[in-house]
Amino acid sequence: MNSMTVTADGVISSPATARADLDIREHEHVSHYQTIGEPFVDNAKMSARNVNVFYDDKQAIFDVSLDIGGNEVIAMIGPSGCGKSTFLRVLNRMNDIIPICRVQGDISLDGDNIYGSDQDTVLLRARVGMVFQKPNPFPKSIYENVAYGPRIHGLAHSKAEMDEIVETSLRRASLFDEVKDQLDKPGTGLSGGQQQRLCIARAIAVSPEVILMDEPCSALDPIATARIEELIDELKANYTIAIVTHSMQQAARVSERTAYFHLGKLIEVGDTKEIFTMPKHELTENYITGRFG
Amino acid sequence: MSSANSYKNTAAIKASLKKRYARERRFQWYGRIAVMTGFVFLFILLADIVGKGLPAFTQQYIKVTLDLDADRLGVAPDASEAELLRADYLGVIRSSLRDMFPEVTDRKEKRQLYRLISIGAEYDLRDAVVDDPGLIGQKFDKWLLAHAEAASYLKGQVSRDLPEGDRKLKNTQMDWLDSLRDRDRTEGRFNTLFFTEGDSREPELAGIKAALYGSFFTLLVTFLLAFPVGVFAAVYLEEFAPRNRLTDLIEININNLAAVPSIVFGLLGLAVFINFFELPRSAPLVGGVVLSLMTLPTIIITSRAAIQAVPPSIREAALGVGASKLQTVFHHVLPVSMPGILTGSIIGMAQALGESAPLLMIGMVAFIMDVPGGVTDPATVLPVQVFLWADSPERGFTEKTSGAIMVLMGFLIVMNALAIYLRRRFELK
Ligand SMILES: Nc1ncnc2c1ncn2[C@@H]1O[C@H](COP(=O)(O)OP(=O)(O)OP(=O)(O)O)[C@@H](O)[C@H]1O
Ligand SMILES: [Mg+2]
Repeated sequence: MNSMTVTADGVISSPATARADLDIREHEHVSHYQTIGEPFVDNAKMSARNVNVFYDDKQAIFDVSLDIGGNEVIAMIGPSGCGKSTFLRVLNRMNDIIPICRVQGDISLDGDNIYGSDQDTVLLRARVGMVFQKPNPFPKSIYENVAYGPRIHGLAHSKAEMDEIVETSLRRASLFDEVKDQLDKPGTGLSGGQQQRLCIARAIAVSPEVILMDEPCSALDPIATARIEELIDELKANYTIAIVTHSMQQAARVSERTAYFHLGKLIEVGDTKEIFTMPKHELTENYITGRFG
Repeated sequence: MSSANSYKNTAAIKASLKKRYARERRFQWYGRIAVMTGFVFLFILLADIVGKGLPAFTQQYIKVTLDLDADRLGVAPDASEAELLRADYLGVIRSSLRDMFPEVTDRKEKRQLYRLISIGAEYDLRDAVVDDPGLIGQKFDKWLLAHAEAASYLKGQVSRDLPEGDRKLKNTQMDWLDSLRDRDRTEGRFNTLFFTEGDSREPELAGIKAALYGSFFTLLVTFLLAFPVGVFAAVYLEEFAPRNRLTDLIEININNLAAVPSIVFGLLGLAVFINFFELPRSAPLVGGVVLSLMTLPTIIITSRAAIQAVPPSIREAALGVGASKLQTVFHHVLPVSMPGILTGSIIGMAQALGESAPLLMIGMVAFIMDVPGGVTDPATVLPVQVFLWADSPERGFTEKTSGAIMVLMGFLIVMNALAIYLRRRFELK
């Protein structure tokens, strides 16, 4: 612990990672950094190829290629600011609303380029749902929060059907019992953890094919976290899930594959079990053993 | 690290605390003094206006014993309605007054006696007789509207101490009024005419209704034009327009437009709407359009600020479940920013309500007796009416001026209350 040093750009490095051949900063200007492990799978639901993301002229993602397999849960881990959220957001084009953000490379959903000129972002986001890092319920009733997505997509044909969607979504997000008597109360009046579960319910209410979760449990207590993890387990039968998390245990518990990001680069990706038991890259090892990050 | 060090810090912080609190207290006092000064001035202003304006809401009546002799009226007892309308009611009132003060014989004095009663009384009496022709031939007491000068004396606004030459009401008139008062033949009543009549040359007959309706129609046009156009312009500029030279230029110009003196908009209205498009003069339609041009920048600027203040996370949330841009704006951004938009709009509308200069340019300064029935009828507005009355030499109009200002402020309060109510409704959702 005490032998760690902080370098000029704020990366905490142990003497081991300072070895020139492994130091990630050596690769910063190398456009083709070779990810260690197996980024590609056979039944890819979404696939990213050579993705670079820029905020103005600051590059946040460097040449990342990664597949997300159908019905799998992939965990994305890495130190703060390494670009996990950025990568997740380009997967359903949420970055479109940031004017300074530019995306290069190919990303496809079921083989169709989602940045293609014929791609409709409305349809894409209905198919690829998102739960954000900070809970962001609408300042409307709990019911309306969940019903909004199905309503604008015309998924419910009657009030009863809508009630049903709202109830099952809230149940799956393990929020229903807590709020069933106050569905008409504003969603913003809930606790932080409840709000996040409401956001999860809102995302699954439109039954997306892929669900992107950005640290969905960072505001939850262990019990609610366990429920969300159960939900993820349950959902993966029908959905594909990409989850960003800061909790190694959570990544180990819920995911089949794990991707480790560092300073915008995808360092290593592979079977969760393998990554956590025998990481190949020194940076990965340091991170998961808690030596930095 | 060392406890000695942290002890020293505690001492240093403690030492500085006193100074910090003193500074805070001082700052609070500055604030209180500023607020109180504001209140004092507001209070003085309101007290002055209300003090001067309140008498405008009462009207003086004089009880006259009328002898509705058919001969005096100059009609046959079984006269038709048309004949009744043409009968000599003024003559009856005058002769009845002479009956009440038999000592008045001098021609000049007689004229002064007649001047105690408003010319409006004649029409009152006519209407009463046409309603009930059975009154002809009877002798009865009737309350007649007092002339403004007489009313002014009865309200205690004119003092006998003033040299007789300096006042319109002469000593003899004052004596008559005193004797009438002693016989309980004078009375103050709530001034309904003030709210049911348009402007008049006679202060006691002048009412605010025409100006009130004029203001209402003008603001209606202003609101219907400026609110939707302003809000949609703000939404477009904030949410859809690309950021480039052109939109920057538009933004700068909107800000500049907000600083243009209002009379310039009046000139524009005169040149474009009246001279070029030949829209009617003095009409609330033109006034409303001109005022909406003036209000538009205010609404756009405040609406944009309100839209900017909507947290981006709400937009992300809506887009994230697949809402289109338009749905995001209409379902989430606008409802959340509506309280701010309404506040801005009401400020703009309040400015428009108090505006008179541009309306003078388009002829809304005319003497309007008839209450406008629509946006194309000639009309005037409350601030212009205030201006007109303030400009009149008759002292009866002084109280009317303050009364009109009170009505104007009442209008403003109603408008604000409406805005607060709407804002609450949006905030609850
Ligand atoms: N809207 C933005 N504008 C400019 N730069 C941004 C923006 N969003 C992210 N970045 C930059 O991109 C980099 C990656 O950020 P990102 O949010 O993806 O990190 P992260 O891995 O999600 O971190 P955390 O774990 O703290 O959430 C950071 O250096 C950040 O400063
Ligand atoms: Mg993040």
